[in-house]
Amino acid sequence: MPKVTFIEHNGTAHTVEAKTGLSVMLAAITNNVPGIDADCGGECACATCHVYIEPEWQAKVLAEAGAPAAQEASMLSFAATTQDNSRLSCQITVTEALDGLVVRMPEGQH
Amino acid sequence: MGQETDRIVVVGAGHAGGSVVAFLRQYGWSGPITLVGAEPIPPYHRPPLSKAWLKGEADAASLALRPENFYADNAIELRLGTVATAIDRATHTLSLNCGESLAYDHLILALGARARKLPLPGADLVGVMELRTAADADRLKAAIGEGRRLAIIGGGYIGLEAAASAQALGAEVTIIEREPRLLARVASPPLSTFFQDFHRSKGVAIELDAGVEALEGQGGQIAAIRLSNGKTIQCDAVLIGVGAVANDELARACGLSCGNGIEVDAASRTSDPAIYAIGDCTFRPLEPYSRNVRLESVPNAIEQSKQAAASLCGRPPPAPEIPWFWSDQYNIRLQIAGMPFDVTETILRGDPATGSFAVFHLAPDATVRSVEAVNAPPEFMAGKLLIAKRKPVPRERLADMAVSMKDLL
Ligand SMILES: Cc1cc2nc3c(=O)[nH]c(=O)nc-3n(C[C@H](O)[C@H](O)[C@H](O)COP(=O)(O)OP(=O)(O)OC[C@H]3O[C@@H](n4cnc5c(N)ncnc54)[C@H](O)[C@@H]3O)c2cc1C
Ligand code: FES
Repeated sequence: MPKVTFIEHNGTAHTVEAKTGLSVMLAAITNNVPGIDADCGGECACATCHVYIEPEWQAKVLAEAGAPAAQEASMLSFAATTQDNSRLSCQITVTEALDGLVVRMPEGQH
Repeated sequence: MGQETDRIVVVGAGHAGGSVVAFLRQYGWSGPITLVGAEPIPPYHRPPLSKAWLKGEADAASLALRPENFYADNAIELRLGTVATAIDRATHTLSLNCGESLAYDHLILALGARARKLPLPGADLVGVMELRTAADADRLKAAIGEGRRLAIIGGGYIGLEAAASAQALGAEVTIIEREPRLLARVASPPLSTFFQDFHRSKGVAIELDAGVEALEGQGGQIAAIRLSNGKTIQCDAVLIGVGAVANDELARACGLSCGNGIEVDAASRTSDPAIYAIGDCTFRPLEPYSRNVRLESVPNAIEQSKQAAASLCGRPPPAPEIPWFWSDQYNIRLQIAGMPFDVTETILRGDPATGSFAVFHLAPDATVRSVEAVNAPPEFMAGKLLIAKRKPVPRERLADMAVSMKDLL
């Protein structure tokens, strides 16, 4: 199974197994990774699954998951602490090519 | 006593109960945790029950809050299909319907709410349903295929979402609402008008100002609804969606302070220091509005779960949140932030005819108190920030779509 590493704002890293076909958000929820709340359960309605894609993974995530669709882009543009490499993790599907993905979490999700 | 040995018992395995046990482990609680729930399955998402799940677009795995092995992996003992019947605060014990009792050092009540019943003649006929649990949703799903006639009593969110899902499955839907408009208690008039028009355009019939006199059956099965306006609606099934009431009886019976739900403070503590309460069953302070309210939403259940877990684990309390809610009907996403308390002014941004607009509600000092955004995520997200900031906004600019929400922050 591909592995995804979530790094908390305080630097604590959590490397977890992530099922292909499911979202990066679900990999965090399944493994009780702190910092991903996912209030809406992956409906792109809450922006509490916000992550920063590590720069070296940005191109690959773009190739695998595409650019943010309209709903995700507009949610993100107003999320607290948005950066160029921000994504909503419920909108990224885990694939074999994303094995080793590293994402960081913002200070808070609200 | 220390964390190592302190026993936490959570009663109610819904969204709040399922979340608080996860946060407790995230925050490092190492003592034993038991989660007691009346339903036969582990905690799951209720929002899809009237949306994707009802339409058959979600599977059981996606409904679950956490995967099945999560509880064992995190040393959380699950006691499903088990009802707590009494709390003995003096001895710190919880009685269960199986005759057993559980000792606790800390008790968390996450009892939720239940669908309000209507004291109507015929309410016990076969085919008269409510929608709160997965079992309810399965019954409803089985009743709403192609050409089936579904009458929905109550034009609130659950009724409207169920109407949209049933319509998508080919059912003939009638919504019956006692008030002169849909969503009367929970949304502003422009929203009501928009959703009324939208549902009607999809072929859903809507009866407003219509009380229900009786449910009429044939051979024990629902057949029609007799309305106060003299009409009779023929139907194969009825969904009653007229709000929910807090499950606070367990708390009342043991003498905890209750209002419209179990009274808690900003850390979700009840009047007994050994007992917390979270989610739909609570009557909680809402700091940004200096009021106590009972909220029924997933974000509220999660916020209070964090408050209780942080308090138990000795962590600083989480930052207060602006309450919010979402509803999906057809291809419409409604997102609401804040509460319309002390508002004196309404500002419409965008044109409802385009299917994308927002209604802002302002206090006399021109601060935003709440926003209702229809297919308008920027207005929702920026509105939430504006509510938190309590910064007065220029009214004309807020109403002007040419001004970006970014420039209003
Ligand atoms: C159809 C539907 C659609 C919804 N859509 C949305 C939405 O779009 N967005 C949103 O934010 N919210 C939505 N909600 C509301 C949201 O689901 C609730 O706010 C949330 O589930 C509250 O969580 P809770 O844990 O407080 O209560 P619940 O999830 O109701 O859980 C309470 C649990 O406690 C159990 N229980 C009660 N008493 C006892 C006892 N004595 N012993 C043992 N167990 C007991 C109950 O059986 C239940 O399983 C929806 C709700 C429904 C029903
Ligand atoms: S989980 Fe809500 S937007 Fe991703």
